[in-house]
Amino acid sequence: MAGLTIRNVIKSYGDVEVMHGVDLDIDDGEFVVFVGPSGCGKSTLLRMIAGLEEISGGEISIGDRVVNEVAPSKRGVAMVFQTYALYPHMTVYNNMAFGLKQAKTPKDEIDRRVQQAAKVLDIVDYLDRTPRALSGGQRQRVAIGRAIVREPEVFLFDEPLSNLDAALRGQTRLEIARLHERLGSTMIYVTHDQVEAMTLADKIVVLRLGHVEQVGKPMDLYSKPDNLFVAQFIGSPAMNIFNSTVSGKSVSIGGEKGVGELQEAPQNGVVVGIRPEHLTTCKKSEAVISGKLELIEQLGDHIIAHLIRDDKSEFIVKTEHFAEFSRGDLMHFTIDADRVHYFDEKSEKRIS
Amino acid sequence: MAIVSQKSKFGSIARPTMAWVVGLIFFFPIFWLAFTSFKTDADAVKPEFLFFFTPTLDNYLNMAENYDYWRFAANSVITTTFATAFTLFVGVPAAYAMAFNPSRHTKDILMWMLSTKMLPAAAVLYPMTFLTKNFLGVFDTHFLIIIVLSLINLPIVIWMLFTYFKEIPKEIIEAGKMDGVNTWGEIKDILLPLAWGGLASTALLCFIFAWNEAYWTVRLTTTEAATLSKLIEGNRAPEGLFFGRLSAVSMAAVGPIVVLGWFCQKQLVQGLTFGAVK
Ligand SMILES: Nc1ncnc2c1ncn2[C@@H]1O[C@H](COP(=O)(O)OP(=O)(O)OP(=O)(O)O)[C@@H](O)[C@H]1O
Ligand SMILES: [Mg+2]
Repeated sequence: MAGLTIRNVIKSYGDVEVMHGVDLDIDDGEFVVFVGPSGCGKSTLLRMIAGLEEISGGEISIGDRVVNEVAPSKRGVAMVFQTYALYPHMTVYNNMAFGLKQAKTPKDEIDRRVQQAAKVLDIVDYLDRTPRALSGGQRQRVAIGRAIVREPEVFLFDEPLSNLDAALRGQTRLEIARLHERLGSTMIYVTHDQVEAMTLADKIVVLRLGHVEQVGKPMDLYSKPDNLFVAQFIGSPAMNIFNSTVSGKSVSIGGEKGVGELQEAPQNGVVVGIRPEHLTTCKKSEAVISGKLELIEQLGDHIIAHLIRDDKSEFIVKTEHFAEFSRGDLMHFTIDADRVHYFDEKSEKRIS
Repeated sequence: MAIVSQKSKFGSIARPTMAWVVGLIFFFPIFWLAFTSFKTDADAVKPEFLFFFTPTLDNYLNMAENYDYWRFAANSVITTTFATAFTLFVGVPAAYAMAFNPSRHTKDILMWMLSTKMLPAAAVLYPMTFLTKNFLGVFDTHFLIIIVLSLINLPIVIWMLFTYFKEIPKEIIEAGKMDGVNTWGEIKDILLPLAWGGLASTALLCFIFAWNEAYWTVRLTTTEAATLSKLIEGNRAPEGLFFGRLSAVSMAAVGPIVVLGWFCQKQLVQGLTFGAVK
């Protein structure tokens, strides 16, 4: 078992720097999820931890050991690839046993570990098949099995579920969560998927353009995003952003009433963030914002409503029922003052 | 309707006919060779006996005695086999390096290698002969022929292997790295099993090219390392009247490679469908 320390890690390809000094501490046994838009460097960071990508600057330690120059197989990490990357010419058994054979593990020990992993992952019946004869979900389990048998201190997953269909994705996600609970190993997991990130993570790392934007517990990121980027990236549908007018400490976004008060008068302009699920309908006289109902998306258990304001800007409301309104109606909304997010217009940082 | 059926009928006859005509034109020399090899030397030069003659096996039965066939055949087998082995021995690691650890210059190196095939062989005929004979003393040795055949085929072999290796997903190689396989194990346990179809077709092609090579094998040998190409070429003029015998020995020279190609064809198709699984 081991935690990880990442200190000022830089990655360049030729003259192009793509990771600009990342710092990160991961505790022993923690489940950490890297999220961020495409191309932000999630895979690159993960692959540097794995040892598949050279580290151009800085230091990565696993446990107490600096691993910059250590071969991938000697780092005590195992990786599950997005494309599974099973050995197509080997049986499922040999796919899982291959790493152990390389490490000269005794035969009966290999067998014990493979059988045990196969039982946990419910792939005992397929041990003699080649990957070709398996479904996508089964292949993914074999890939996870190949990681488990090596009993690594750190598991690395690069978008492991993105090639599976929705139902299977949910199921496998649960299995990974259970696995983490059972093994208690450190796990680092890269994903695009909000739900995966929120449900699996002890700690989410939001990356953007090779920088860490924020690190925190899922609910902290949701309720206290450090900046505008994280605010809009975490949560689905994304947070509504409004320009505001400030008089003294009180902030308004164009409704009859202001959205709330700041603790002190701001230096720069203020941007207001409101999550679609936090807006509730109200009378005109109490409204902090109003808009014409333009479109309703029915999603079964909830509704997503698109509204347009007088100045043609749009916002979104997520709610459970909405029956009494129809297209074109003018609607009024209010919000709990402590659920409003304020950001500095220039620095895009949170104003608390 | 009548017109339609007539048209398609015409197509269904004309196309195969065309194919047959083209095929026969290409095949005719071999066909002629095969026929002639069963004729007596006297019959062979008479046009009226082109199709109608009394076949004889004498040309084949006396081949060893007339031409010392087995010595030349042995030389062909030795030089071709070793040249193919050596080419792959150098080509596999080279292609591996270029496919999985490419640098900025990889594409240029590949192009440069291919460009060596553009050098006219005749341009270096004199230096090659002179240097190998008077300087290096390797003229007419197996060693020289093996090296020459290897170098001739190396660019093509590296190109082919590079293309096959490129098709193997990078992640599978990386998974091997995570599993702690060393470079040799990576080639032996992962790369070669995955690329064996491509490897087999490359090896076969290399073998065929080496076997059929005539320009250098004819010019850089006299007796010791002379191959079947040399045998045929060397007997062309003085034995111009012995068409029957010469045809038999020619058949015996091209025969093995044709049979090999024919057998391996099925295996190759099988090998090539062994794609990597994502
Ligand atoms: N071999 C390479 N050469 C040059 N640039 C590269 C190379 N590999 C990645 N990059 C760049 O590094 C940056 C980070 O890439 P990375 O694959 O880590 O993104 P990612 O966050 O995993 O994206 P995605 O979500 O699409 O997988 C990108 O801008 C990419 O263009
Ligand atoms: Mg990625």
